[in-house]
Amino acid sequence: MTPPILQVRNLTKKFGGLTANNDISFDVAPGEILSVIGPNGAGKSTLFKLISSFLRTTSGEVLFAGERVSNLAPHIVARKGIVRTFQETTIFKNMTVRESVIVAHHIRSKANLLGYFFRSANAHQDEQTFGRSADDILDFLGLAPLANEIACNLPQGHLRALGIAIGLACDPKVLLLDEPFAGMNHDETMQMVELVRGVRDRGVTVLLVEHDMAAVMRISDRIVVLNFGEKIAEGTPAEIQDNEQVIEAYLGREEDLVGLYTC
Amino acid sequence: MNTKQIFSSLLFLLSILVLIPWFIATSGRWDLYYTLTSVALLAIASAGVWLTFYIGRINIGQGAFALLGGYITAILITKAHFSFWIALPLSGIGAALISVLIGLPILRLRGVYFAMITLVLTEVGRLSALALPITNGAKGISNIPLPGKVSLFGIPIIPDFATLENPRIGFYFLAVCLMILCFAVVFRLVHSRLGHLCRSMQQNEELTASIGVNIAYIRIIIYALCSFMGGIGGSIFAVMSQSIYPSSFQVADSINFMLNCFLGGLGYVFGPMLGTVVLYFGWDLLFQTGKYQMLIYSSLLILCMLILPNGLLSLRLPGRKNS
Repeated sequence: MTPPILQVRNLTKKFGGLTANNDISFDVAPGEILSVIGPNGAGKSTLFKLISSFLRTTSGEVLFAGERVSNLAPHIVARKGIVRTFQETTIFKNMTVRESVIVAHHIRSKANLLGYFFRSANAHQDEQTFGRSADDILDFLGLAPLANEIACNLPQGHLRALGIAIGLACDPKVLLLDEPFAGMNHDETMQMVELVRGVRDRGVTVLLVEHDMAAVMRISDRIVVLNFGEKIAEGTPAEIQDNEQVIEAYLGREEDLVGLYTC
Repeated sequence: MNTKQIFSSLLFLLSILVLIPWFIATSGRWDLYYTLTSVALLAIASAGVWLTFYIGRINIGQGAFALLGGYITAILITKAHFSFWIALPLSGIGAALISVLIGLPILRLRGVYFAMITLVLTEVGRLSALALPITNGAKGISNIPLPGKVSLFGIPIIPDFATLENPRIGFYFLAVCLMILCFAVVFRLVHSRLGHLCRSMQQNEELTASIGVNIAYIRIIIYALCSFMGGIGGSIFAVMSQSIYPSSFQVADSINFMLNCFLGGLGYVFGPMLGTVVLYFGWDLLFQTGKYQMLIYSSLLILCMLILPNGLLSLRLPGRKNS
């Protein structure tokens, strides 16, 4: 087996008295699609923010290709190759689709700030490379016809795709997707599933947080299940479907009131 | 730049460097030089404030840095006998350095919290000027000499202001040239990749950080640039009025710098320049209305913000996207 690209080691996050993540460990192999699922409040989003360093850990660590990346500044983690996307409301609202994606190429920039200002040769070269690469990414995600649209005018599905486009522009090794299927109908979900597979086929390892069980079962190579901040299961979709604890977490025990534990 | 932009810039340069001096010479209204120089200096400081708006921060603290720049110049000239031409850039750099120290902690704040802190900063500036021994308290520093001459290889480039028939002409050209330089720098910055990064930060800082941008670094750079402009403006102001007092730049001035940007338009580089001109002359024109001056002035400002939320420049350029 190839060594894991991302290792989560005993990760714990406490907010005051609340333990959002408790002693979570798992590995992510290069080139796989791993989903993190769990009922509301299970600590999925917290886990995501810990991996992308948007939150500081209480204890434990995240290793990327063997190197510790937890508790660094978010932009440094992004530079190393772990890039997160946000839910669709988090975009550059007043920029066009193409501008947003070009700006997102920042990591690949050869010029420095003074170079930008004085339009150095590097800055000029950057602009051309970024433009070509942005067009390529927009083409890949089916956003090319909307390239000159202001981002806030896009419908929801395209906003998600734009979020992924911004993520891809950073040339990530690991892309973290935050609920890519939320609020989508069946057809849209299927399109998005194809899209995420396409991202993986570009050589990007995908880690996603999701509610939509059907989509997760379809797309994931492996699944990690969280409940009340703890990892309760890890395995292939088939294994997860038959796991007693997972069924219990999602549907509740028999003696519980119906609806109390449903997702 | 397209031909239209080049043409309008040339027209602008011609009018402020040739037409206005010509008009003043023929009409004999020499007092206008003082007014217009003040407008140019306030526009320089406002351009800095506009830049902090561009990264999504409401800055009501520019008065503190203008005051700081003024005091640095005054102290360097009167106590250390520096030439004004060395004190001028040093004032800008001094203001920028202090702003980096202050900015490191406070630039983490956003929205109204940053605005409040910067508002307090202006008051802190005034009180420090009153309290520190070097600033001479409420008496301020007066009798600052006029700028001396500058010559390179024996060829005089800038004449001694004291020998000029009217030193105000000298200050006018100095202030206007610096204003042009400042706005050219801001224009260039906004239309470079750095400007795009600033716009991304204005729209969403988390997302900008997630694409690998060191947002803290860019915030500091922009804030330092803003304060540099404030310091420069304050420095020339002190030398032009040959004095500086703790009350030279107050909270009201800080608010005016911000209003200039709002009024001109936050989406336009030249917004603060237009805003300064309109606000300065608008206030003076309303002087004749006597006790109703403040009432009319405030009502007009409120109307402007209701009808033209994107500033006066949005009126001239309907449908054009923000640049």
